[in-house]
Amino acid sequence: MKNKYSVFSLIKNAFSQHENWQQAWGNPEPKKEYDAIIVGGGGHGLATAYYLAKKHNLKNIAVLEKGWIGGGNTGRNTTIIRSNYLWDASAGLYDHALKLWEKLSQELNYNVMFSQRGVMNLAHNLQDVRDLKRRTHANRLNGIDAVWLNTEEVKKFCPIINTSPDIRYPVLGGTLQRRAGTARHDAVAWGYARGASDMGVDIIQNCEVKGIKRNGDKVEGLETTKGFIKTNKIGVVAAGHSSIIANMAGLKLPLESKPLQALVSEPVKPIIDTVVMSNAVHAYVSQSDKGELVIGAGTDSYISYTQRGSHNIVEETLKAILELYPIFSRMKMLRQWGGIVDICPDASPIISKTNIKGLYFNCGWGTGGFKATPGSGDLFAHTIANDEPHKLNAAFNLNRFVSGDLVDEHGAAAVAH
Amino acid sequence: MFLINCPFCGERDQSEFSSGGEAHIVRPKQPTELSDDEWAEYLFMRKNIKGIQFERWNHAHGCRKWFNVVRDTSNDKILSVYKMGEKPPVNYK
Repeated sequence: MKNKYSVFSLIKNAFSQHENWQQAWGNPEPKKEYDAIIVGGGGHGLATAYYLAKKHNLKNIAVLEKGWIGGGNTGRNTTIIRSNYLWDASAGLYDHALKLWEKLSQELNYNVMFSQRGVMNLAHNLQDVRDLKRRTHANRLNGIDAVWLNTEEVKKFCPIINTSPDIRYPVLGGTLQRRAGTARHDAVAWGYARGASDMGVDIIQNCEVKGIKRNGDKVEGLETTKGFIKTNKIGVVAAGHSSIIANMAGLKLPLESKPLQALVSEPVKPIIDTVVMSNAVHAYVSQSDKGELVIGAGTDSYISYTQRGSHNIVEETLKAILELYPIFSRMKMLRQWGGIVDICPDASPIISKTNIKGLYFNCGWGTGGFKATPGSGDLFAHTIANDEPHKLNAAFNLNRFVSGDLVDEHGAAAVAH
Repeated sequence: MFLINCPFCGERDQSEFSSGGEAHIVRPKQPTELSDDEWAEYLFMRKNIKGIQFERWNHAHGCRKWFNVVRDTSNDKILSVYKMGEKPPVNYK
C-alpha cells in the first residue's frame, strides 16, 4: 500500500531532505499471462487500467508502453479541458469526463492541478456568431454551462484581447464555459499510474508491441520486445500509432495520423487568467502556472509520423495571436514541438469493440483527447470488462462508418478541439 | 516541412501543395452493387502507413495539377514523384 500524500507526509519527508519518498509506481518485468493488457501508457491507457482495477475488479492487468509513460501526446498537448460540444453524444461523453475531472485530485490523492479558469471561444464573422450561439443553446439543453458574450463582455472577461473593429478578424463575441479550464498533463499520467500500480496493475515501460497473436476470430496474446505475453483481452490506446497496431491484427481503421504542434513562450507574470480559443484563425492561448504562454497551433495537412510539424503552421497561428493580443508582440518563444494525432473523418473518437473477439480500440481522439482522459478511461474499461459499450460511448463505435451514423463534430462545433 | 518536386513546375515548398491522402484507391465501377461494408472500406478505411506511402498531391497554389508521390512518412523524405495514370514505381513496397 502506498503512503498517502498529505501536508503531514510533506512535513515528515522534509526532515529527511525529501530523499525517502516511496516510488510512485512499480517497474515490474512482464508476467506470462494477464487477464487484460492495455497497449499504450498515456493518460487514456493508464486511466483505463485504473478503472478496470477499481470498478471492474480485474487485478491481473498490464499496461505496455513502448517509451515512457505520458511521453506521447499526454505530455505534448495544451491541457485544455471543456465539454461544450454540439451533439448530444459528444456532450454526454465530454461532460462525463469533466465531472470526473472535478473530483480527480481527491480520487487519485494526486494533485492534477485542475483549474476551472473558463474557456472562451471567439467568433469573428456572422457565421461564427450563428454557430456559436446555436452551440450555446445546444449545450444548455444538455445541462452544460455555456453563455454567450458580446464584444464588450469578451473584453471585460479578458482585457488584453484587441477588440478593435478594424482588425482582419474582428471579435464579434464569444462563448464561455466557466467550468472548463486546464490541468497539469504529466500529473494526470503519473496520478493514474500511481493509483493503478497501487491496485496491482503492472506498468511495463520500454516494451513495444510487435504483433498480435490470433486464433481464428479471437486474440490469444501479444508479441512484444520483452517476449510473448498471453491474454484474451487487449485494449489498444495508441493514439497516432493505432493504425499500426490494428494492422498487426489485419484490421484497417478510418484514421489519418498527422503532426499537431504547440509552443510555449518565456515565462512572464500573470497576464491571461483564462483559456481563449479562436477556431476561425486557429489560435488558442492560456498561461501555465510557471508563467509561460501555452499556444496551440494546427495540424499539418498530410500524414506524417515525425513529431515536429511545419513552420508555416506555427507562423499562421502566431500571426493570429499577434493580431488578437498586440501585447505579446515582443514575447520570445522558448520551445516548439509536435505530437502525432489520429484523426477520424467525423472528428469524433472511437471507443469500441472490433469484429475480433477480445480486441478493443480507443482511438481517433484527434486534436482533442486530453480533456476526455478520465471519461475515456472509465468508459473504455467498462467496454472491455463487459464486452459491451456503456450507453455514453455506444455512439462512438467502429460500425458507425458502415452504418453512416456519424457523430459529425467537424463542421458543426469546435474545429480546434 | 519539405520541398516537393512538382512534375510540371519543379521543386517548390510543401506549403504550396495540398495533400490528397492515400493514392490508388480505385472508385468502385458498380457503386449501386456495393454493400455498406464495401462503401465504408472505400470511403473511410485507410492504411495510414508509418513508412513508405503512395499518396496524391495537388499543386494548389501553382499549376493546380494532381500527381503522385512516394514518401516515407516516418521522416518525410520524398522517394519518387510520378504523374497521374503512370504506373507506380516497383522498387518500393
